[in-house]
Amino acid sequence: MRISRFIKTVFMFDFLRGLIIAIKEVFKPKKTINYPFEKGKISPRFRGEHALRRYPNGEERCIACKLCEAVCPAQAITIESSEREDGSRKTTRYDIDMLKCIYCGLCEESCPVDAIVQGPNFEFATETREELYYTKEKLLENGDRWESVLAANIKADNPHR
Amino acid sequence: MEYLNILFSETYKILFLLLPVLVSVAMIVWLDRRIWAFVQKRKGPNVVGPFGLLQSLADALKYIFKEIIIPASSNKIIFILAPVVTMTLALVAWAVIPFSEDFVLADINVGILYIFAISSLSVYGIIMGGWASNSKYPFLGSIRSAAQMVSYEVSIGVIIINVLLCVGSLNLGDIVLAQEKIWFVVPLFPMFVIFFISALAETNRPPFDLPEAEAELVSGYQTEYSGMMYAMFWLGEYANILLMCALGSILFLGGWLSPLDIFPFTMVPDPLWLIIKILFLFVLFALVKAIVPRYRYDQLMRLGWKVFLPISLIWVVLTSGYLMYFDLLPKN
Repeated sequence: MRISRFIKTVFMFDFLRGLIIAIKEVFKPKKTINYPFEKGKISPRFRGEHALRRYPNGEERCIACKLCEAVCPAQAITIESSEREDGSRKTTRYDIDMLKCIYCGLCEESCPVDAIVQGPNFEFATETREELYYTKEKLLENGDRWESVLAANIKADNPHR
Repeated sequence: MEYLNILFSETYKILFLLLPVLVSVAMIVWLDRRIWAFVQKRKGPNVVGPFGLLQSLADALKYIFKEIIIPASSNKIIFILAPVVTMTLALVAWAVIPFSEDFVLADINVGILYIFAISSLSVYGIIMGGWASNSKYPFLGSIRSAAQMVSYEVSIGVIIINVLLCVGSLNLGDIVLAQEKIWFVVPLFPMFVIFFISALAETNRPPFDLPEAEAELVSGYQTEYSGMMYAMFWLGEYANILLMCALGSILFLGGWLSPLDIFPFTMVPDPLWLIIKILFLFVLFALVKAIVPRYRYDQLMRLGWKVFLPISLIWVVLTSGYLMYFDLLPKN
């Protein structure tokens, strides 16, 4: 036993086998992707940048129930509301501090009307902190921009809820 | 006037050698990272320039614009001197490398001794860097590095004696010309393997990268360095690796000689053969880096003193005995 081990060590069999494996690996297809040019697949449940959605007729979904504000563990959401002329309760202010947000998805989970959602976008880095204090306008704009994807994602995830 | 002429012509020659070496060092860093990535099924740097070839240049630019931080408690003169020494010594040694029969900057008769002396000195750059940083990890790293380089220098020296026995000259050009019949890698194959492994240890490459050991020593002697000074350490390290590859191809793989003396091979210019051999050895270096785990310190010392040194000493006796018995000793 010891002699065979000695011979193995002297002729570096293990090393050579490792070298051959390494050379084989070089020609195998790569597991990584060219990130900025190609992106990995994202699950419908992905919790990225927030968005406030609208109904198809353009009306805001949010009813200012403040469940998201209450559930938010990082207390990143600030909501102020008032009654509109037509008697419906709407938000006058809906701010999310994206620097506080921990992307747990509880706001999305708690929303009874699917108004606040977390979209598939994760590339919203900014150069200043101020740009990351999202206001209602910014969130609604996000919702308009990503609406098709958001609706598809909610539909895809629905059977599993 | 005459002195100026000599000065200018020599400077021109030196630049003609140094610039390609520096450019190839940059390319070799890219190649190293790329091979490492490929073995791990990654893509590696591939964005800057075609195939990411200009990645090293982009990195160099980044290093130039970064701030150089000098620790308050360091010995400033030595701290600044260390990377300069490392890089200068790594580049100076290239003077005696022969790229073809008459394409060599300094055709001195003690070429191999010169290289040996320079590469022994290069440990000073690391020791100076580690000591002047006045910090724990760099100091530990430089102590390890000193011990390691000294141990493996011994076995490299004995291996070189083997080659010199077969050549009868210390001139690198003569060493290559002596291999016209057969490359020394064939009769001295075990010595080539030990030389290769010792070269890994000598240049602090994995599996012998104990001085750097990023996981335990946070890059060892380089910890306190930043910006261009860090880049100079880096350049010196890779220039040293290239130098060791060049030395390996000159001592064992027949330097600029073509493997077969027949038509398609003789078309290739001599320096290109040397470059191909250096590249071959470097690819081996890079592959080894990708597949081996780091040695422990006591294993490293055991390998150097209790395995390599006795084997190469025995081989010296065998070689000289063989040469004496068959009366093959080179005569001057």
